[in-house]
Amino acid sequence: MGRQRFFVTFVMILTICGLVFTVSCTKPKVKSDTEELETVESTLPEDETATMEMAEEQTDEMVEEEAIRQEQQKARQMFENENIHFEFDRSSLTSKAQEILRRKATFLMNNPDVSVLIEGHCDERGTDEYNLALGDRRAKSAMDFLVDLGVEPSRLSTISYGEEQPLDPRSNEIAWARNRRAHFEIR
Amino acid sequence: MNRIKWDLSLLRLTGVDKVGVVVVRIIAALVFLICLLPGVSTAGYDYINISNPFLFKIPVAVPVFKAMTHTPAPNVQASTNGDTGPASLESAIARDAADLLAGTLVFTRYFEIIDRAAFIEEPAEKGITLEEVNCKNWRDIEAEFLITGGVSLRNDVMSLELRLIDVFKERMLIGKKYKGRASDQRTMVRRFCSEIMKRFTGGPGIFESRIAFVSTGTGHKEIYTCDFDGYNPQQLTHDNSINLSPAWSADGRWLAYTSYRKGHPDLYIKHLTENRGVVFSRDGVNISPAWKPDAFSLAATLSFSGDQEIYLLTGTGKILKQLTRSWGIDVSPTFAPDGERIAFVSNRSGSPQIYIQDIASGATQRLTFEGGYNTTPDWAPKKNRIAYCAMEAGEFNIKVIDIETKEIVGLTGGQGDNESPSWSPDGSLIAFSSTREGGVPKIFVMSAAGTDQKRLLNLPGKQTCPRWSPSVAAGE
Repeated sequence: MGRQRFFVTFVMILTICGLVFTVSCTKPKVKSDTEELETVESTLPEDETATMEMAEEQTDEMVEEEAIRQEQQKARQMFENENIHFEFDRSSLTSKAQEILRRKATFLMNNPDVSVLIEGHCDERGTDEYNLALGDRRAKSAMDFLVDLGVEPSRLSTISYGEEQPLDPRSNEIAWARNRRAHFEIR
Repeated sequence: MNRIKWDLSLLRLTGVDKVGVVVVRIIAALVFLICLLPGVSTAGYDYINISNPFLFKIPVAVPVFKAMTHTPAPNVQASTNGDTGPASLESAIARDAADLLAGTLVFTRYFEIIDRAAFIEEPAEKGITLEEVNCKNWRDIEAEFLITGGVSLRNDVMSLELRLIDVFKERMLIGKKYKGRASDQRTMVRRFCSEIMKRFTGGPGIFESRIAFVSTGTGHKEIYTCDFDGYNPQQLTHDNSINLSPAWSADGRWLAYTSYRKGHPDLYIKHLTENRGVVFSRDGVNISPAWKPDAFSLAATLSFSGDQEIYLLTGTGKILKQLTRSWGIDVSPTFAPDGERIAFVSNRSGSPQIYIQDIASGATQRLTFEGGYNTTPDWAPKKNRIAYCAMEAGEFNIKVIDIETKEIVGLTGGQGDNESPSWSPDGSLIAFSSTREGGVPKIFVMSAAGTDQKRLLNLPGKQTCPRWSPSVAAGE
C-alpha cells in the first residue's frame, strides 16, 4: 500500500510540474505539444533532466515489479485468509473445502519456497479434549488432501487449537460455523 | 500438619465404640436408605451408604464454641472497649471455628445445620461437656446430634476441644482435643469433621482433598488448585499460554496437564511441591492425561502416528503401551478403581461415545448408545458407575451410567451447559462446570445423586475442567 501511495504521489508531482511548464510556455505561440515539451526540457539544466529520465525509467520498472508483487501479495493473502470450514463434529472435507484446497495446492506449486502451518479449530461446543483431537483431525485431513494433490509433505505441518482460539467469540450458529475451520499460515 | 497434637486421653472415648446401634432415629428415617454392613461395622454404627440419595439429612446443632480461658460477662461486649487481647481473640475464634465446622459439614451434603436462633441453651456459657448440656433441649429443636467446642489460647498456642454428642442416646460419640497455632484452626476443624465422617460413612471424607481446574482470570487459561470447599485458590501455571486438562496422580503429589507453553499442545508432568517433572512433546497432540490409580503411570492421547490413540506412559514420560488401535479419535481416558480397565471417548462409531476397555486383553465394549455426543467420562472411585457429559437438543448435561445395568440417571438439566464431571475421592460428590449463572462457566459441586448443586468458587473469568484429587493431595 505504501509503495502504491508513493507511486501515485510521484506521478502527481510529475504531472503538476508538467502543467506548470506547459502553462508558462503556451503563452507566446501556438505550437504542437511535442515542440513545446522539447522546449521545456531544453530549458532545464542538464543534470536535472538526467535525474528526471532516470526517475521515469525507475517508475516503469516499479510499476511492473509492483504489479507482480501486488499479485503475489494478493495470492498470499488469499491463501492465508481463505479458511476451509467443517460440519459440526466432522473432520471430513466438504466439496467447497476441497475446491479451496485445490486453489491452495496450485499456489503452493507456484511458490515452491513456501511452507505452511495448518491450524485445526473447533467451535466452543463439546469438551476441550475431544475438540483438541477433532482440531488435530481437521488440520490433518486438510494436509492429507494437499499431499494427495502433490504438495511435498515436508512443506506442511499441523497444529490443533481445539476450541481455544475462536474467530468469532459469540455463541450462535453463525459464530460456530465460522469457528469450525482450518486456517493456513505461511511460515 | 504435624504441629497438631492429638490428645485423646483428655476426653472420654472408651466405651463409645462398644455401644450398639445408637442412631436409632436415623435408621427409622433412613430405613430403606441405610445399607446394613454388620461385618464391616467395627464402630458399632451402621454406615450410611454414601451412594444413596441425600434426601434425609442428619440434623446437627453447632452452637458457638466456648472461650475457655475467658468467658465474657453477658453485659460486657469485648469489641466496644477496644479489647483486642487474647480473650476477645479467643471469642472470635470460638465463633469463626464453629461457623467453619458447620459450613464444612454442610458441604458434605449429609448434614443439615439447625438455625442457632432456635437454640434453647448456649453451651458457650453453660458448658460444653455431656454433663453440662441438657440433651432434651436439643431434642426439642429436632437436633439429633450436637457438636460442642471449647477454645483456649495461651501464648499463640491454641487448644480446640470438640465433642460430638448424640442427644437421643445422651452419649458422647467423639471427643478430641487439638493443639496448634491459631492459624491451624481450619485443619483442626477438618480433622474433627473427618472423625465425624468416619463415624457416619466409614471413610475419612474429602477434607484433605483438593480440586484442580482451569481459569481464565488472567486473560489466559491457567491451571489452579483449591481446597475441596473452594477455599484457598492457588494459581499453579503462569505461562500466559493455554493450559488444559489437569489430572492428579494417585498419591496426590503430581499433576499432569496439557500446555501450549512451547507453542504446541504438550503434556506436562509436574511434581506439586518439588521443582521437578517432565514435558512429553511429540508431533500432533499430547493431551487428556489420566493417572492410573495404583501406579506412577498415566494414560494420555497422542497423535504422533497421525491418529489420535490412547497410550500408557510412565510418570517419567516413557511410552509403556499403546492402549487403543482404532482409526479416529480416542480421547479422555479414565481408569477403573482397580486400574485394570479404562473408559474413554471414541468416535469410531461416527459420533463420540464412551467405551470400556480391559487393559490386559484389549477387549473393548461400547457403553453409551443413547444420544449422539457423550464425552468426558469419569469413573466413580467406588461403584461401577461412570459420570459423563451428554449433549441432547444442543444442551450439555451431566449423567451417570451404571456399567452393569446400563441404567442412566441425569443429574443436571435446564440450567445452562453442564460439563466435565469429576467425582470426589469418596464418591459422594461431583464437581462440574456450568454456565447457569450468566452464561459464563463456573465450577459447581453437587451430591452424587444430583442434589444440592452449589457454586464452589467466586473467581473472575471462566472456570472449567474441575478435577478432584485423591483423598489426600499435596499443595498449600
